[in-house]
Amino acid sequence: MKLLVAVKRVVDYNVKVRVKADKTGVETAGVKMSMNPFDEIAVEEAVRLKEKGVASEIVVVSIGPSQAQETIRTALAMGADRGILVETDTIVEPLAVAKLLKALAVKEGADVVLLGKQAIDDDMNATGQMLAALLDWPQGTFASNVSIANGVATVIREVDGGLETVELSLPAVVTADLRLNEPRYASLPNIMKARKKPIETHKPADLGVDVTPRLTTISVAEPPARKAGIKVPDVATLVDKLRNEAKVI
Amino acid sequence: MTALVVLDFDANGIKQPARSALAAACKLGEVHGLVIGNGVAHIAEAAAKLPGLTKVLVADHPDLDHELAEPAAALLAQFASNHSHILQASTAMGKNVMPRLAALLDVQSISDICAIVDADTFVRPIYAGNALATVKSSDAIKVITVRAASFDPVAVDGGNAVIETIAVADVAHRSKYLSSELSKSERPELTAARVIVSGGRGMQDGANFGKLIDPVADKLGAAVGASRAAVDAGFAPNDFQVGQTGKIVAPELYIAVGISGAIQHLAGMKDSKVIVAINKDEEAPIFQVADYGLVADLFQALPELEKAL
Repeated sequence: MKLLVAVKRVVDYNVKVRVKADKTGVETAGVKMSMNPFDEIAVEEAVRLKEKGVASEIVVVSIGPSQAQETIRTALAMGADRGILVETDTIVEPLAVAKLLKALAVKEGADVVLLGKQAIDDDMNATGQMLAALLDWPQGTFASNVSIANGVATVIREVDGGLETVELSLPAVVTADLRLNEPRYASLPNIMKARKKPIETHKPADLGVDVTPRLTTISVAEPPARKAGIKVPDVATLVDKLRNEAKVI
Repeated sequence: MTALVVLDFDANGIKQPARSALAAACKLGEVHGLVIGNGVAHIAEAAAKLPGLTKVLVADHPDLDHELAEPAAALLAQFASNHSHILQASTAMGKNVMPRLAALLDVQSISDICAIVDADTFVRPIYAGNALATVKSSDAIKVITVRAASFDPVAVDGGNAVIETIAVADVAHRSKYLSSELSKSERPELTAARVIVSGGRGMQDGANFGKLIDPVADKLGAAVGASRAAVDAGFAPNDFQVGQTGKIVAPELYIAVGISGAIQHLAGMKDSKVIVAINKDEEAPIFQVADYGLVADLFQALPELEKAL
């Protein structure tokens, strides 16, 4: 069984992002970039499926600038077998990403495509669902557990108020939520080995996909800051303030 | 052209986030509602009373049970072209179905909007709420999920919409619902609660949630939440999680106990009307957003608070 895993290069989750002065976006020059954390969980899940003997090959795909190769190398060091970079310097929205991934999933004959549930930069939470629609495959989004046997993926999903279990006939798309697993750190020998693993490069046009954005960003602004209030000395004062000043209890 | 709102519901009726999504849709013009499910005549009747709706469409079919994305998106795609906008709250179902629908229509969905500028232009949080992007869509049909906390819900009644049943064909789909494991709770749901009491890593273990947070929540009729740190440490289940990776809430009163105030947590609760922080570390960033801060040991402060309420 072949797994395709999609990974995105994003501003590292520890970086405090700053909105650019001209309000066109957030500052990314000189900022630490790394793999989208939810995608890292997807890669880890794929590697575990291979270790269990469920999957035979893991192909990792990234769509972005040439530096996204580093993100692919990280996934290769975690245990993926080979990489595909779809190189583009323009903004690629989830719909375009889904179209590119569809082309690759078909070309590679993937049985399962794994992705993070959302990227922590644009927070769209859409690519996996869109890919499943374009492929006409079932989708298991926000997965906290995945098991695959006999052509069926059983996915436990994080939903409002608890968990839900669904069964998907393969091929299928699965998106990873936070509790699916804890990704491993790549060992030095595996990082060295990853350098020799192949990465092929395509352009969006090679895959016959028009990536023209549908959304225009008019502006990016800081959210209105909330002002700090007052410190209260004790519980009695707190209750008094809530009752008589804020009138919320 | 009308906007269409997909109305989330559960055993208790139409969910509050759905009424917020309707409030958002009302800013766009005439609005129709859609109830999707199996055996949902009573939900349709409740929907017809929501102010702002002129028509309620009902798709009632065994295949549409359990909010599965595949049949719901396929159904919506069939008559989407009658509508300028299709919206749903950013619930588990909305987040699952709307992007799938958008791809079927070859449009780019617009996730989690927190404001409407005009019929084509919307504001949405990016980077865990650290920035707000204003985006303009060039697509003919706008497929949108709505951040419920950003729009005051419409009332439960006052409207008088007509109910229209839509024909649903059998569809072969390859996903099957097996079971749900929902947290049983007498408390209000986090996204609909008027008051929330949340615990963080400072709670030290899961038992302290029950011992210290629950009694205060009981007195206030509050929902109980948790920070991601508390969830990761196993103190509380994931569906308690408030934050960018959990639930986005905006109650009238949010009490953060033993929560330092990581950016990702603040992103989930900073729209609350009144924020109280109880933390023994006076440098904790949570105090920068709190209306009332109490620097105290929560193990003393919580029992005192419970007595004082």
